[in-house]
Amino acid sequence: MPEFTKPDLEYFELLPLFIVFGAACVGVLVEAFLPRESRRLPQVLVTLLGLVGALVATVWVAADIVVHDDGAARGVVGAEGSVVVDGPSLYLWGLILVFGILGTGLFAERRLEGGLSAFAGQAAALPGTEAERQASAKGLDHTEVYPLLLFAIGGMLLFPASGDLLTMFVALEVLSLPLYLLCGLARRRRLLSQEAALKYFLLGAFSSGFFLYGAALVYGYAGTVSLAGIDQAVRAGTADHGLLLAGIALLAVGLLFKVGAAPFQAWTPDVYQGAPTAVTAFMSAATKAAAFGAVLRLFYVAFDAERWSWQPMLAVVAVITMLLGGALAIVQTDVKRMLAYSAVAHTGFLLTGVIGAQGAGDLAEGQYSSLEGVLFYLTTYGFASVGAFALVTLVRDAGGEATGFGAWTGLGKRSPVVAGVFAFFLLSMAGIPLTAGFVGKWAVFTSAMSAGFWPVVLVAIASSIIAVYFYIRHIQLMFFTAPEPDGTAAVSEASLLTVGTVAVCLAATVVLGVVPGPVLTLVERAGDFIR
Amino acid sequence: MAAAAEAEHHVPVVAPVEADGVFSLLWLIIALPLLGAAVLLLGGRFTDKWGHLLGTAMPVGSFVLSLVSFFTLLGRDDEERQVAQHLYDWIQVGGLDVGMDLLYDPLSALFLLLITGVGSLIHVYSIGYMAHDPRRRRFFGYLNLFVAAMLMLILAENYVGLFLGWEGVGLASYLLIGFWQHKPSAAAAAKKAFVINRVGDMGMALAIFLLFVTFGSTSFTEISVGVQAGTTVGVSGLDTTLNWIGVLLLIGACGKSAQVPLQAWLLDAMEGPTPVSALIHAATMVTAGVYLITRSNFIFENAPHAQTAVVAVATVTLLWGAILGCAKDDIKKGLAGSTMSQIGYMMLGAGLGVAGYAFAIFHLLTHGFFKANMFLGAGSVMHAMDDDVDMRHYGGLQKLLPVTFLTFAMGYLAIIGFPGFSGFWSKDKIIEVALTENLFVGICALLGAGITGFYMTRMMFLTFFTKPRWEKGVHPHESPWVMTVPLIVLAALSVLGGLMLAGNWIVDFLSPVVGHVEHEEPPLPAIVITLIVVAVVGIGVGLAFLLVQKRDVPREAPKDVSFVVKAARADLYGDAINDALVVRPGGHLVTALVATDRTVVDGAFMGGSTTLGGVGQALRRLQTGYVRSYALSVLGGALLLVLILVAVNL
Repeated sequence: MPEFTKPDLEYFELLPLFIVFGAACVGVLVEAFLPRESRRLPQVLVTLLGLVGALVATVWVAADIVVHDDGAARGVVGAEGSVVVDGPSLYLWGLILVFGILGTGLFAERRLEGGLSAFAGQAAALPGTEAERQASAKGLDHTEVYPLLLFAIGGMLLFPASGDLLTMFVALEVLSLPLYLLCGLARRRRLLSQEAALKYFLLGAFSSGFFLYGAALVYGYAGTVSLAGIDQAVRAGTADHGLLLAGIALLAVGLLFKVGAAPFQAWTPDVYQGAPTAVTAFMSAATKAAAFGAVLRLFYVAFDAERWSWQPMLAVVAVITMLLGGALAIVQTDVKRMLAYSAVAHTGFLLTGVIGAQGAGDLAEGQYSSLEGVLFYLTTYGFASVGAFALVTLVRDAGGEATGFGAWTGLGKRSPVVAGVFAFFLLSMAGIPLTAGFVGKWAVFTSAMSAGFWPVVLVAIASSIIAVYFYIRHIQLMFFTAPEPDGTAAVSEASLLTVGTVAVCLAATVVLGVVPGPVLTLVERAGDFIR
Repeated sequence: MAAAAEAEHHVPVVAPVEADGVFSLLWLIIALPLLGAAVLLLGGRFTDKWGHLLGTAMPVGSFVLSLVSFFTLLGRDDEERQVAQHLYDWIQVGGLDVGMDLLYDPLSALFLLLITGVGSLIHVYSIGYMAHDPRRRRFFGYLNLFVAAMLMLILAENYVGLFLGWEGVGLASYLLIGFWQHKPSAAAAAKKAFVINRVGDMGMALAIFLLFVTFGSTSFTEISVGVQAGTTVGVSGLDTTLNWIGVLLLIGACGKSAQVPLQAWLLDAMEGPTPVSALIHAATMVTAGVYLITRSNFIFENAPHAQTAVVAVATVTLLWGAILGCAKDDIKKGLAGSTMSQIGYMMLGAGLGVAGYAFAIFHLLTHGFFKANMFLGAGSVMHAMDDDVDMRHYGGLQKLLPVTFLTFAMGYLAIIGFPGFSGFWSKDKIIEVALTENLFVGICALLGAGITGFYMTRMMFLTFFTKPRWEKGVHPHESPWVMTVPLIVLAALSVLGGLMLAGNWIVDFLSPVVGHVEHEEPPLPAIVITLIVVAVVGIGVGLAFLLVQKRDVPREAPKDVSFVVKAARADLYGDAINDALVVRPGGHLVTALVATDRTVVDGAFMGGSTTLGGVGQALRRLQTGYVRSYALSVLGGALLLVLILVAVNL
């Protein structure tokens, strides 16, 4: 009988993960033991406590973590090598947890639907049937969304901190499965929502297959799934190179699908549009942060020595992504779809950062490394995106959210504050100076320029100009175009939950633009990945 | 060798001293109009009553501060005339330090006086001009926003801060061109200006990135030191990089200053209210390109090819604008063509290097006075003629609008270069330097002066002399004092602006910034050149007199005109060229893409007829909504990645 060795866990460093997963399990118990009508408040409390607790734990861990190489890196490799808690992991954890807290606020919003949440009353009831009508009339509510949210966040925390390919794959699935479900739970336009969820699920499963096959090929090459081990094998470079290249490409497919890069972006607009807007808001920011964390770790840690192979590959993907995202955003007539394609374009900008210079030797004095640039960009984009989608939930007509451009025409006249704040988020995404987006773009573009990828930067600047065009056009639509006479959409009054979320995002976007210094210092202090 | 070249050029490095005394209030010069904009735009209807007064008080406050700073600066020695103020660290990480830093030196001092001084006058004028507009408060809010952004552009100590102001004035210009949003033409003009300016901004952004990657900084101080150190030791490839940076900066300057080939937006921009045309599209914002090149003298002096490009662009533009000015019947478009041409002169001066920078700035200042004067005069005429802008409907207004006539005449004499008036001194100097440096360019500049004489005389005669051609219901009347007083002040400046050249003052004053060369002998004695210029202008004026005053002017523009006139009326086919080179190939591409598709999607929502809109429409058809086709694209993508990796490794 094989002897069982007890794994040695770093309980302190892994505390944030334990808190989030623990809270998720408590949430499941709440579902099981509390009567239906009294579940909501406990669920919201458990979720918020779990997330805030994990955030506090993250800050605590970050303050206490081991520092290597005079501060160039910090952290520990934990859980028998499968979880790496280092500077970038901790930064992303903090970011994802903040987005999670903001997302919880949007999930818990009930005032907009007249006392109901934005989620389906009874997901199993067929759309348009008597059962659905009754569920709605009884005021039923799916409070399972909160544990689902927590599980997704748990997966997102694990994803960028994975120390080996298998953990990374498990994390990918843990974060994806709850999201597939959440996407299908919209109270309004349920068919659209369910179709989006199914598409997301099918394509997600398809791309996970690629990821897994890639992991198998790389295992065949290196004889290990640990990222540090793969790095050593690549540096030694003895095994069959073709195996490695195929492995890199297939792993990249799985990750590029999650970040929504072209040509794997096809799900983005359908899912962003179909999912309940609260889910879209959370997902657009947090999934992007987690998945880019994983992209960075995989390519910078495992395949660092193979840099000159994958950099051109990602450069091509970045160029296609930026151009496609920008071009398609121009022709959209729905706010959510426009923001979805803008998210695709931003993925391209982020990829521009990923191919940038990383080593200290390639950088001019005081320049950002690409890791720092991408982390900062994720921060700025995330807040603007959550804020923008949160505002989308407010503009409503009799059929729920009114996302067609027609409903937004002339909004500046009717609700100058909502339109003004939305315009501000758009301007930040466009990267106008003195908003957060400008500093982010600056950081990623300069690092790509230092790595010699000036053609990509050229395309990036051209596509940011295209992007400015469609953002400004929307602002023009809100402020300078006369509304259609039969437009009935108006801004509904939301509770403090949504208003607070928007306020936090607004404040973060303003602060990151005007005084980005402290956050940039934080990003810099995060240091490099450890192996 | 390189050191010798350095000594020959005398390009000073930027070496500011810390701000103290009155200079520690520099930030307030920007903050005042910014505060005004915030109060007016956020204050809502509450501020309707007194908004225009607050909006006027803010730039006046900035003007007073600028004036005090200017005189304090005059009291200092040359070495201490560059003052920097550090406000706070904007982006600081590691050694990268983009600060909110301000730089106050002779160059920015002159610009401050122009922007706040002329700006204040135009604010006063707008109180009267916009008196009956229900959105007057908002108008003043936008104007204040513009002033703040323009001051930021001028005072910034690094390219990022300059870019912030650059984008800010672009935004304000967009808002103000489209201010009368009920007019579709105004909305279209605003959009056109916006789109063309993005092309210029792309050049700017790339130049800044390249500067940062090359020198590790965006501050004027550090880059000027870096260029000097680099050229002294002869870093390989540096001159190529500098030439690229110069060309990219020039693209930025072309967009903002309406130089060929990015000139098409300026004439349409006249859809904005007339005070806007005077302030933004004549006196200040459009000259930002000249400022950019003069400010970047440490780059251009080491980038000879870029300098040649500047001279070429400037020469083409000064003729292009002048020709447009001859054919326009719309008084504001005529003046806009003239602005384009005059900025061409300034660019020419700036492109000629150390010998020309000071004269470029000199002409910029005098032009700021006389062109603002004439635009406001044109506004006053429109006020009298019920907002009619067609000069063919004017005529014989000199008796009815005596103040407007006299002040406009001062501007007129200044722009054609009548001896003794401000424009005479400044333009003559640029032509003289051009003739010294390159005979062909000099002759073009001379020719431009002649054409200027022609079109301005034509405008003068059509408006104030010739037989009255206005319709029955129109009763021309002089404008109220709040509009005429700014006119009188600007007219006085148009006459006296030449005093800045007395004792070579402006050249010496600017030399700490732009350097100084020993005067080279022009091919002919200066006095002879001056006489030739005056003679050429005289020919232009005489021709206009014969063609306009001596004949009857029809109320409708004649149709059977020569090819040249037709071309000039059509803006020398600027739009047609854009169309043929950019818009139509895009359209063909779309048609080709569409032909390969099967599904049909409903038409574009807002008529995105631009190239990318069309491509997007075609791409959108790929978004079929079928999971199977999405999965296929994932598979295709996977293949693509493998292929790229293999290709890289071959």
